[in-house]
Amino acid sequence: MSDAAVTDLDHTEHADHHDVKPVRKTAMWVFLGSECVFFGAMISTFLLYRNTTNGGPGSEIFDIPFTSASSFVLLMSSLTMVLAHNAFEKNDMRQTRIWLTGTALLGATFLAGQIFEFTEFIDQGLTMSTSPFGSSFYMLTGFHGMHVALGVILLAAMAVLSLSGRLYEDRGLNVELVGLYWHFVDIVWIVIFTVVYLLQV
Amino acid sequence: MRVAPVMLLLAACSGSGPQTALEPQGPIGRDIDGLWDLVLMLATFVFVLVMALLVWAMWRYRERPGDESEPKQLHGSSVIEIGGVVFSVVLLAFISVPTVRGLLDIREVPEGDDVLQIQVTGHQWWWEFEYINETGPGGSTLITANELHIPEDVTVYLSMTSADVIHSFWIPALNGKRDVVPGRVTNLSLIADDPTPPGEPIPGQCAEFCGLAHADMRIKVHVHTAADYATWVDEQLAPSAQPAPETPLDAGWQTFSTLCTACHQVTLEDVEGEVTTHGPELHIMSDDIEFRSSFGPNLTHLFSRDTFGSGTFTLDADHLSQWIDNPESLKPMMPDRNDLANGKVLGMPDLGLNPTEIEEVVDLLETWR
Amino acid sequence: MSGEVQTIRSPGDRGVWAWITTVDHKRIGLLYAVSAAAFFFIGGLEALLVRTQLFGPNLEVLSAEAYNQLFTMHGLTMVFLVVMPVAAAFTNYFLPILIGARDVAFPRLNAFSYWLFLFSGLLIYSSFVLGGAPDGAWVGYAPLSTQLTEVVRMDFWTIGLSTLGVSSIAASANFIATVFTMRAPGMTMLRMPVFAWMSLVVAFLLIFSLPSVAIGLFQLFLDRNFGALFYAADAGGDPLLWQHLFWIFGHPEVYVLILPAMGIVSEVLPTFSRKPLFGYPFVVFSGAAIGFIGFGVWSHHMFTSGMGPIAEAGFGVATMIIAVPTGVKIFNWIGTIWGGKIKFNTPMLFSLAFVAMFVIGGLSGVTHAVVPSDTQQHDTYYVVAHFHYVLFGGAVFGYVSGVYYWFPKWTGRKLNEVLGKVHFWLALIGFNLTFGPMHILGLNGMPRRTYRYPEGLGWANWNAVATIGAYTILVAFLIFAWNIVRTHFLAKGERVGNDPWDGRTLEWTIPSPPPVHNFDETPIVHSLDDFWHQKYAENEEGRAVRIPAVTGGAGDDVDWPGAEPGTPEGIHMPSPSYYPALSSLGIAITGAGLIYLPWGFAAIGVGVVVMIWGLFGWSLEPVTKEH
Repeated sequence: MSDAAVTDLDHTEHADHHDVKPVRKTAMWVFLGSECVFFGAMISTFLLYRNTTNGGPGSEIFDIPFTSASSFVLLMSSLTMVLAHNAFEKNDMRQTRIWLTGTALLGATFLAGQIFEFTEFIDQGLTMSTSPFGSSFYMLTGFHGMHVALGVILLAAMAVLSLSGRLYEDRGLNVELVGLYWHFVDIVWIVIFTVVYLLQV
Repeated sequence: MRVAPVMLLLAACSGSGPQTALEPQGPIGRDIDGLWDLVLMLATFVFVLVMALLVWAMWRYRERPGDESEPKQLHGSSVIEIGGVVFSVVLLAFISVPTVRGLLDIREVPEGDDVLQIQVTGHQWWWEFEYINETGPGGSTLITANELHIPEDVTVYLSMTSADVIHSFWIPALNGKRDVVPGRVTNLSLIADDPTPPGEPIPGQCAEFCGLAHADMRIKVHVHTAADYATWVDEQLAPSAQPAPETPLDAGWQTFSTLCTACHQVTLEDVEGEVTTHGPELHIMSDDIEFRSSFGPNLTHLFSRDTFGSGTFTLDADHLSQWIDNPESLKPMMPDRNDLANGKVLGMPDLGLNPTEIEEVVDLLETWR
Repeated sequence: MSGEVQTIRSPGDRGVWAWITTVDHKRIGLLYAVSAAAFFFIGGLEALLVRTQLFGPNLEVLSAEAYNQLFTMHGLTMVFLVVMPVAAAFTNYFLPILIGARDVAFPRLNAFSYWLFLFSGLLIYSSFVLGGAPDGAWVGYAPLSTQLTEVVRMDFWTIGLSTLGVSSIAASANFIATVFTMRAPGMTMLRMPVFAWMSLVVAFLLIFSLPSVAIGLFQLFLDRNFGALFYAADAGGDPLLWQHLFWIFGHPEVYVLILPAMGIVSEVLPTFSRKPLFGYPFVVFSGAAIGFIGFGVWSHHMFTSGMGPIAEAGFGVATMIIAVPTGVKIFNWIGTIWGGKIKFNTPMLFSLAFVAMFVIGGLSGVTHAVVPSDTQQHDTYYVVAHFHYVLFGGAVFGYVSGVYYWFPKWTGRKLNEVLGKVHFWLALIGFNLTFGPMHILGLNGMPRRTYRYPEGLGWANWNAVATIGAYTILVAFLIFAWNIVRTHFLAKGERVGNDPWDGRTLEWTIPSPPPVHNFDETPIVHSLDDFWHQKYAENEEGRAVRIPAVTGGAGDDVDWPGAEPGTPEGIHMPSPSYYPALSSLGIAITGAGLIYLPWGFAAIGVGVVVMIWGLFGWSLEPVTKEH
């Protein structure tokens, strides 16, 4: 028999909709691979510049307790994401919708925390043009925040689609793929939190 | 396909031109050239071998008219594969040893009091040299531009930084090149065998693209006997003469001290014997080393040089007049983007001087040797 | 079943709109090819202007300002707008066919990659009429590239390269998913043609290298436009950070440029020697090894930058190591033609020249690995000679070989052999005349990226020779262009059937040009070079012997028993869509707005809206519209 997966392009007798997932999942994993290098390059830049404060503020302005709290919020959103996917697998659209919305809200809360943090730092004199430390800090956390924001939008979109019954397993970005993306964004945050906030050399 | 290897061999056999790397004029250059000869030999050997196999195969196994046979469908041979790998690895291992050794040699930091330490600052588009070992009466230091004077057989150790973008300092006959990076200090050793004939310095050039006039950022190395070098140092350390008021040269001085000292430093002794340094003095800190610099080349002994415009133009009254009249007609620059307050200099501007004023300034400069 | 060509295209498959909305990998491949060809002539023109200025000492054909733009754009064009897209053209057209598939995994994403590439190229080129093209060299070293923020030239470069990167990452993910999930039954990884393998390795190289330069570029953009200090030495920034981020991409990039060409040569040489590729597993694994080791040598571009002797020694030795798998390929190519029955037609000539020229370029590369020698060679015309030998004598010759080889499959007509041979000899001679002397110029002290040189340094004669060579190359490629026009557009080329070369791989089992669905029936693959094995068995001596039951060979259609029963009428191909083009247009407009900050905010707004419209429509649109 065929040892190759078949896509929805081919409507011969090999067509089998359950085989559709490996194609999109493969692409998502590849994309996440490139994202690893993307964030890796930014983290490397930050590591180079962690003490290049050019007379401005350095890591002493971090509020570890606050950032720990928002990190916890993001971590919890990965849990709700898993619950959403579970519900989807069981075909319970209502539960799926609840957990998707919860994930999105937790993500949005994290973002709100980030924005609040940034305004505090700017007040204390750390901007992108203060020092290479400032530039690399804002770029790293800013890009991460953009990824979270995109994830929140995708989650919200899926929650809305599930309302009209249009959330299929084999359609475009499904719950599992967005879950993969979301977990990745979370893991990146764990690395960032550790390297930037906790490990102060 | 035959043309290229012949040319490679020609290159190996005979360098040509004063800026060649293939006719070294010092021991470091010779070491590098020796390594090059070895590598070239190996590369030529491999090339001839591979080409022989390729051409032989093409000739021997060409399709002949009327030949209906089919070739043997050989899929591979582990022996040949492993043999090829071993062959390559052996050759490369052979070359890697002198490579690493040679690399460590040329990167060695020379120690001792007889090393001549010179600090180099790269600018867009000229070179500045500060002889930090040489100090003169009253604490004067030797600072000059574009033409490097060194004694024969002495290890010269350059400590280099840039005032703006990345440049690269390169004197092919003496050593490989070294990038000159803002915010960092890089180093290069130079040792020259013999004094250069007058008017025939060892040429070099900036070798990292640095913008508009990258091609016109040249270096001239003059090698002297120890005695001649000492004389040159003494001459460079002495101040030049500031014209007395109401003398013919004073007209030029009035223009010079109004306009030119915005960018150029000169150290002058006036009629009363007082020595003053006019012009801006910048201090660049890189890697905790301080480099003394200015916006334009130091002109105290301008006419002791043979060239100007960073070694690009012959220094004489005519060329210099043309330069002062319209610098961009000789060398591409962007002086309209100058912002001296923020330390940004991208060329010499047109100062709007009339021919008389230019002649007066040139007359004055000609006395500063 | 065999028979006459039956294209199952809807009536709306002709005309400009059909090409704008196409999601057919073959059409997308042709779009890439035509665009790459156009950029090739433009990039070549830029080189000719540069060479004309350098014909003699102190010429005034070009100002320094113009010269710096022209050589920058020449490098950028040839790397990003010619060689990468031409590799994409071949991969797009043939990867699915070589693995027995009907299309790539994501046909609309495929179209998106093409349109984003084209719009990015047009965006960058619009700079010529909008105040000046990028002029910081194709590598854009900081802090030169962060100077002059009031002039937007280098912003065209940052934004243009960033959007090109998005295009390539999307295409790479597409190709990886295709190879991993869409191979025909029996097509194991080690039965894939070498060209398919090289495309896969290249896709991985791009996935893992592009993000590094993307970060470098974004940081550069922030430095130039938002006062960031990533590369500002005054504030403690390190200009060398740019070089590291760039070359971590830049070095794997050169393997991206060469590996598909090596793949093509690995298909052409066996076909016209009438024996299999020698050492297939070694050729495949050495390609993968080159890709992998290629991530460990990037600082060999930085030997003079002051990294310190330990780093320099490490990268020097690593660079020597990478010569080993490269040598393996050379031996295997020679082994392929050895003992064969060599037909010296034009595709074969270009592939053989590839081998010879690449050996020269590879050897000069090894001389670069000798760090002390490199301190003399770096940033001189010696380097220019090296990379043109591998990229022009290597990659370009390989891709040209591919054009002559596969032209009959694309169009149903063979390119003219006489014109082809004239093209070949003029190109070979012109190429060597141009770049051979540059080795000598570099060793004699001539730095690169210099708009003029003085008399008295002994450079004039070789420069003149190089310029004459460059014009010879022009003539050669004009003949090539004429050959293409005459053969296809004027329909004067010799018509061929499925298998004009008595080939070995799956593309020769389908009509020339192929129907939109590629295979009437999905092939079942039993071995490497399965098609050849359907036509030929081996006798006791190991020589190929024609299998009588199957008619095949030049000009015949093959009744191939290997296919699986099925009906062509049941195949639904993905429907055309304008959303990929629309989305990429939105990105290009956003990019233009970013270049012209702050008043470009309007353009950014428009661009983002268009992009979201495109992406939204795309995600909600069904893959195959029911008829």
